[in-house]
Amino acid sequence: MSGLNAFLSHFFVTGDPLIYASDVLIVLVSLGIIVTLTYLKKWKWLWREWLTTVDHKRIAIMYLIAAILMLFRGGADAELLRTQLAVPNNSFLTAEHYDQIFTTHGTIMILFMAMPMMFALFNAAVPLQIGARDVAFPYLNAISFWLFFFGCLLFNLSFVIGGSPDGGWTSYPPLTELGFSPGPGENYYILGILISGLGSTATGINFMATILKMRAPGMTLMKLPLFCWSVLSSSIIILFAFPALTVALALLLLDRTMGTDFFTILHGGNPMQFVNLFWVWGHPEVYIVVLPAFGVYSEVVSTFSRKTVFGYKSMVFSLLAITVIGYLTWAHHFFTMGAGASVNTFFAISTMCVGIPTGVKMFNWLFTMFRGRIQFKLPMLWTLAFIPAFAIAGATGIMLAAAPADYQFHNSQFLVAHFHMALIGGVVFGYVAGMYYWWPKLFGFSLDERLGRWAFWLWQIGFYGCFGPQFALGFMGMTRRMYTYPANMGWNTLNLVSTCGAYLMGVAFLFIGAQIVYSILKGKRDVTGDPWDGRTLEWSIPSPPPLYNFAVIPTVQARDEWWRRKQSGEAAQRAAFPAEASLQPIHMPRNSSIPFLVGLSFFVGGFGTVFHWYGMSIVGGVGILLCLLARSLQENVDYYVPVDEIKRTEIHLREGVTHGLHV
Amino acid sequence: MGKGRFLRYARLAIPTLAGTTLLSGCGRQFMVLDPSGPVGTRELHLILLSAGLMAVVIVPALVLFAWILVRYRDKPGNKARFAPNWAENRTLEVIWWGIPIVLIAVIGVFTAKDIYALTKPPEKNVQPLTIDVVSLDWKWLFLYPGQHIATVNYAEIPTGVPVQFVLTSDAPMNSFWVPALGGQVYTMPGMAMKLWLQADKDGDYYGHGANFTGAGFAKMQFDILSRPKADFDQWVTKVQSGTAKLTDAGYARLKKPSNVGEQSYAAFPSGLFNKIVTTDGGKYYTQMNMQDMPGMAN
Repeated sequence: MSGLNAFLSHFFVTGDPLIYASDVLIVLVSLGIIVTLTYLKKWKWLWREWLTTVDHKRIAIMYLIAAILMLFRGGADAELLRTQLAVPNNSFLTAEHYDQIFTTHGTIMILFMAMPMMFALFNAAVPLQIGARDVAFPYLNAISFWLFFFGCLLFNLSFVIGGSPDGGWTSYPPLTELGFSPGPGENYYILGILISGLGSTATGINFMATILKMRAPGMTLMKLPLFCWSVLSSSIIILFAFPALTVALALLLLDRTMGTDFFTILHGGNPMQFVNLFWVWGHPEVYIVVLPAFGVYSEVVSTFSRKTVFGYKSMVFSLLAITVIGYLTWAHHFFTMGAGASVNTFFAISTMCVGIPTGVKMFNWLFTMFRGRIQFKLPMLWTLAFIPAFAIAGATGIMLAAAPADYQFHNSQFLVAHFHMALIGGVVFGYVAGMYYWWPKLFGFSLDERLGRWAFWLWQIGFYGCFGPQFALGFMGMTRRMYTYPANMGWNTLNLVSTCGAYLMGVAFLFIGAQIVYSILKGKRDVTGDPWDGRTLEWSIPSPPPLYNFAVIPTVQARDEWWRRKQSGEAAQRAAFPAEASLQPIHMPRNSSIPFLVGLSFFVGGFGTVFHWYGMSIVGGVGILLCLLARSLQENVDYYVPVDEIKRTEIHLREGVTHGLHV
Repeated sequence: MGKGRFLRYARLAIPTLAGTTLLSGCGRQFMVLDPSGPVGTRELHLILLSAGLMAVVIVPALVLFAWILVRYRDKPGNKARFAPNWAENRTLEVIWWGIPIVLIAVIGVFTAKDIYALTKPPEKNVQPLTIDVVSLDWKWLFLYPGQHIATVNYAEIPTGVPVQFVLTSDAPMNSFWVPALGGQVYTMPGMAMKLWLQADKDGDYYGHGANFTGAGFAKMQFDILSRPKADFDQWVTKVQSGTAKLTDAGYARLKKPSNVGEQSYAAFPSGLFNKIVTTDGGKYYTQMNMQDMPGMAN
């Protein structure tokens, strides 16, 4: 009995009131979900319509929900960290707990918030923008989602079972080797990211193929909407960068489970090699997440300035330039690790070079607004806010790239401020703008403007209040990842201001939550399918779009095809009804339960490996193989939507009735 | 309070608040901006140059941004020119491809110059001092190979003399940073890294590990005490005549994870630093890293 007790207290994280509270919340929320679904008899609906879906629009919605939940989790982490740092010598958190929280904060925000939010936008917009019926590989798309979902679940489980990782989100060995981190926390980190990373790689391949092969007739690459160009660039980077992360983490896992010495000094292993592999993924990752945000800005600026985007060719060329130069910068993350002067010089200058195409994009956005008519709707507000934030992030980025200056900035609060300016100002602002922009298309109703404006202004004040002081703290010698600091350093006031800023951003997040709930209940229903007076093809079909997106695949003549049709009067004909003679049965993929089961098998195998329960790992592995086998033997994987049904659906959609799709 | 007025107040309050906070703290606390040696000064000059050149682009861009927002807002009766299809202008695009290229070329040249300069001693006419540094969980061990003394969590250096720190780690990798004297270099197990620093003014300089190494990391603070040459020599003699000696057993105890205060040792086992670097497999790197390392001779 005492053996069992010892096991349980080791297995479940105990002794911390914050974690007990979370345990209670997790149990209550889970019970709440189970009871509600059972009461409303929605289990079958959930399984048939969502868990087994291969429809890119529903996968987008599932990614979006997951991303918002993870923004909450990562944000709660941030509030705890800033609370601990509000005053010197604080004892709100212990060192161990603080270390775990900053590790999970970073990992979750990059891999389990930014990535799924980005994939939500990919899935929501790309097939619709290029006039396609789905992505190139819908079934693989579902597998990608479930790999992400279960990887994320595994990572989050560490909080209550076994203990969170605490080696920093970069997870440098030898700190993360068995000798210094013997517990299961680091295993959770490795396996959670490995599993979700497989999904990310597959998504990159999927969207690259989708954009290259699924474009509507007439849509040449030079007529591709800029968001799709940014997705293509991002997918190219994913394809080349994510395998490096997979390899780095797999080797670290071997070190930790099989006793190899890839990243220990013993037997000639080298921790530097992990640092290299990590940043070969890690720096391009910044461009992976920021390029699609650039794409969103291009769409939004053009739509809400009532103007064609300025310098389209420059915009495309700069995206591709960033894609290539993005690979030549990774060593700037370790200027201070003793690389020779020539290596540091190369990477200093190549890093600065990224600033050139980025600066060009900035001016092109400015001149898209120039001689336009700027409408300050929510997507545009976030886009406008991006410009000063990213100007600061870019300028401080160049300052950091000057290697000798970096010797002073490296690992200081200045760096922390810089990359939060870049990742929040560049990435989060873009994704929020994208969410507001495509929300009516996905759901058929708009998000409330008034609550959204409160969220926006609170966020802006909080954002500068939080990160502005950190630039100064860097100049004052404050290092990142300190859970406490002495009172005599002159850091007190600035830290307090920074914490207040973080709280304001937290309040802003709550406003966004309230905005979503309020809008679900009372939001303005969109019956036009084109609430912003948009320019690209996604606005040419009803919202939410039918399962097959386009009843008739459009033929494209211009970059802003939908705008051209509206200008030339062709749009009016479309609004009536697709000509009956043009309707053909539509070929669609069938739903499948296998992607969910593949994800579940990975989860089971991953959980077993975290605790070195290899029997369980084998069970998970066998599950994966069985899923592969089942799919290989499946013949009934597609079907045709008959013309009659297309006709019924289209008539129904044009009556302004919310279609069953998104009830 | 109306929404408009609230926003106006907010816009005013942020820069004011930021400005006063920055100014109130101006002085010794901004160590990076107020360096006490040639290395930190050189780095500060590069920081100021890069910040200045960036301002050349950023400030006009932000002014332009604000002007565009006001002038081209979509409100009834706005008389500003509206050109919805105007989307190409070669001259403009050449300007904003060109300016950043020129600026980055300038910063690039100065950066390269400084990178190479910082690999050499900042003062060529003075015989440099060598100090071997070992980062441990969670403390800093300083070994003086020339003086045969050792200290923990503090080191004295003579003012005006270039100091070559030779760095390694017998724990997870850390980073050795004394902001008032100049930038940092990592300490890594199995490797011996070089960092030149020099203090031109007497003083106590705050140092801290800059790369996270676990639970005791936040308290991995040390002091570099810069004193006139005569005082330094006197201090060395005083430590040499002390009773505490660092033995192999004492080092093994010191190595165990803990936060400790400042300590001084009258002696340490010869070859200790070399042994630390080559221990646990560091021998695989000796060929690569340890040429012309004066610190390795102890």
